[in-house]
Amino acid sequence: MGDVFKALADPTRRALLDELQDRDGQTLFELCTRLLHRGVSSSRQAVSQHLDVLEQAGLVRRRREGRYTFHSLDTSPLRAITERWRIDPEEGPCGSP
Amino acid sequence: MRITLTSVLVDDQEKALRFYTEVLGFVKKTEVPLGEHRWLTVVSPDAPDGVELVLEPGAHPAVPPFKEALVADGIPFTSFTVDDVHAEAERLRALGVRFTQEPLAMGPVTTAVFDDTCGNLIQIASVPAA
Repeated sequence: MGDVFKALADPTRRALLDELQDRDGQTLFELCTRLLHRGVSSSRQAVSQHLDVLEQAGLVRRRREGRYTFHSLDTSPLRAITERWRIDPEEGPCGSP
Repeated sequence: MRITLTSVLVDDQEKALRFYTEVLGFVKKTEVPLGEHRWLTVVSPDAPDGVELVLEPGAHPAVPPFKEALVADGIPFTSFTVDDVHAEAERLRALGVRFTQEPLAMGPVTTAVFDDTCGNLIQIASVPAA
């Protein structure tokens, strides 16, 4: 398992996670299109390498379906962060958890 | 110099002719037997004298790996223009067409990507009139 913190440290990789949260199960082509629309002009090769880092950290899953490959968000590695540094429910907005 | 033809590389010309006419709604323009394959083109019924799409046999050994690599990454090599991507996607989905990208609006442009069953991904796009 790769480093979740390192994976999250890059703004392009965070943007990829945002886009996958918006719509799960995207091809590389769709992710590149969405990044371009955000003003992130990374090459397809660079985006593919960012997805490799996210996959190694367990934050992105690649699913081969027939001849296509789809990417999905997996936020479960983030649980380790709140387990390590617990969030006090009393400190939440409006006192709600 | 003018552009009057564009091509898609298809696995099977007969299957492609059926998909491009019966499902997409283009009409056959020319068909000339050429040995094992045919010179086969379709046009849009909205522009019968417009650009012809050649259903080109993808028999060269370099073609299958090229097409497979594009499809794996979801890349459409060919794009057609439609008035309403959402309506067209709904119509095609009802006919059993598989989309790898559902309609996606990016500013004024909306696109979607589907599988032409002949080894290609095709993009449909709508751009509102200025």
